[in-house]
Amino acid sequence: MSFEIIKQSLPMFQQGFILTLYLSLIGIVGSAIVGIICSLVQYFKIPVLDKVLQVYIEISRNTPLLIQLFFLYYAFPAMGIKMSAQLCGIIGLIFLGGSYMAAGFSGGFNGVSKKQVESGKAIGLNRWQLARYVVFPQGFALSIPALAANIIFLIKETSIFTVIAIPELTNTALDLIGLYYNSNEYLFVLVVAYAIILIPLSIILTLLERRVRYGTFGN
Amino acid sequence: MAHSGINVLFEGTNLTRLLLGMWTTFKIAAVAIIIGLIIGVILGILRTFHNPILRFILRIYLEFFRIVPTVVLLFLFYYILPRQMNLHMPGTQVATLVFALWVAAEMSDIVRGALISVPIHQKESGLAIGLNRFQLYRYVLVPQAVQLELPATINLVTRVIKTTSLLMLISVMDVVNIGQQIVEANNQKYPTGVFWIYGLIFLLYFLIDYPLSWWAGRLEKKRLEQANGE
Repeated sequence: MSFEIIKQSLPMFQQGFILTLYLSLIGIVGSAIVGIICSLVQYFKIPVLDKVLQVYIEISRNTPLLIQLFFLYYAFPAMGIKMSAQLCGIIGLIFLGGSYMAAGFSGGFNGVSKKQVESGKAIGLNRWQLARYVVFPQGFALSIPALAANIIFLIKETSIFTVIAIPELTNTALDLIGLYYNSNEYLFVLVVAYAIILIPLSIILTLLERRVRYGTFGN
Repeated sequence: MAHSGINVLFEGTNLTRLLLGMWTTFKIAAVAIIIGLIIGVILGILRTFHNPILRFILRIYLEFFRIVPTVVLLFLFYYILPRQMNLHMPGTQVATLVFALWVAAEMSDIVRGALISVPIHQKESGLAIGLNRFQLYRYVLVPQAVQLELPATINLVTRVIKTTSLLMLISVMDVVNIGQQIVEANNQKYPTGVFWIYGLIFLLYFLIDYPLSWWAGRLEKKRLEQANGE
């Protein structure tokens, strides 16, 4: 392992690092928005739309991101729809993440105890009030662990972007290995780079989980 | 357009080759899952013991496999093993090893989580009637934990199957790799063939994973109903 090689590669890794963070951030925010919409539609059981979204969720959850990306990047142009690699990556990540986030939120809403819902009904809350004052506040708190896991999952999933040549972290490392064949050094930097993003994040998210656990009723 | 894209599937042995590729993928996933689940259960049980050193080591193992993306794990083993340890393995074996270790890590956490959520009075009752530690795990904790952990385990299996799509990155002749070759070979003749090839691969993955996640979802729902109905 040569320190010199590592030092020389750092500027390139820095660019990859920033791109990974940037794409992850857009992907996570986009996924969260799609997820909230899906889970609300399913919670209020809006006719037709909830069935359509259920189909989307099943497709998205049961197929690999890599194939979704290949579809967007290679198959769509054959049908006349051309997009840049980065746009494909973002769309793919949101397509995948949306269903995971939806499952996270729905799991939280469904996890609110029956007693809470029945008590709400008993004091005469209507459907909207029940959702607004009873189910959502507790449901969001309950869904935090799943959302935290999704955030980490989506960041790791950006490593698959390398297959459509988006120069994020993994792609940077593979490119460098292809050029100079110093696989030990570049893989080491790659692992460290992911650790720098994910270890602090997973600690913060664990702390957050602990905090919101006290936010649920009765603890 | 002289040829319709879908015909690319029926050209020569294309369809058979794709299905054979899927079979390769499936075999790697199956072997890795079986080995991984066995190791994972053992590690999970070990993680409930009160040995701080053992727990620390297993925790580090879990966190490493959690933090590092699977793509990177594959490359780590693919590049490092031959060069550092002089261990030359074909891509299929590297993939099986990586997936097995990954499944073992995730499974150890599922098993530990299930074991510690078996109500404490079950454990104490077991000890009270004079079971030793082995008997306690064998007859009280593990059977109850299995029921708790089954949905999570099935979900893990679907994740592994999805992740096998990455095998092409370490040059395993899996379904995606073969698909790519067919696309390249037939691009002139069938410009829209790419849509059908990747479409078929998409469908194949869906057909394997959907029944599994449906099953997991049903079990999970049943468990929630039981928990809510008490």
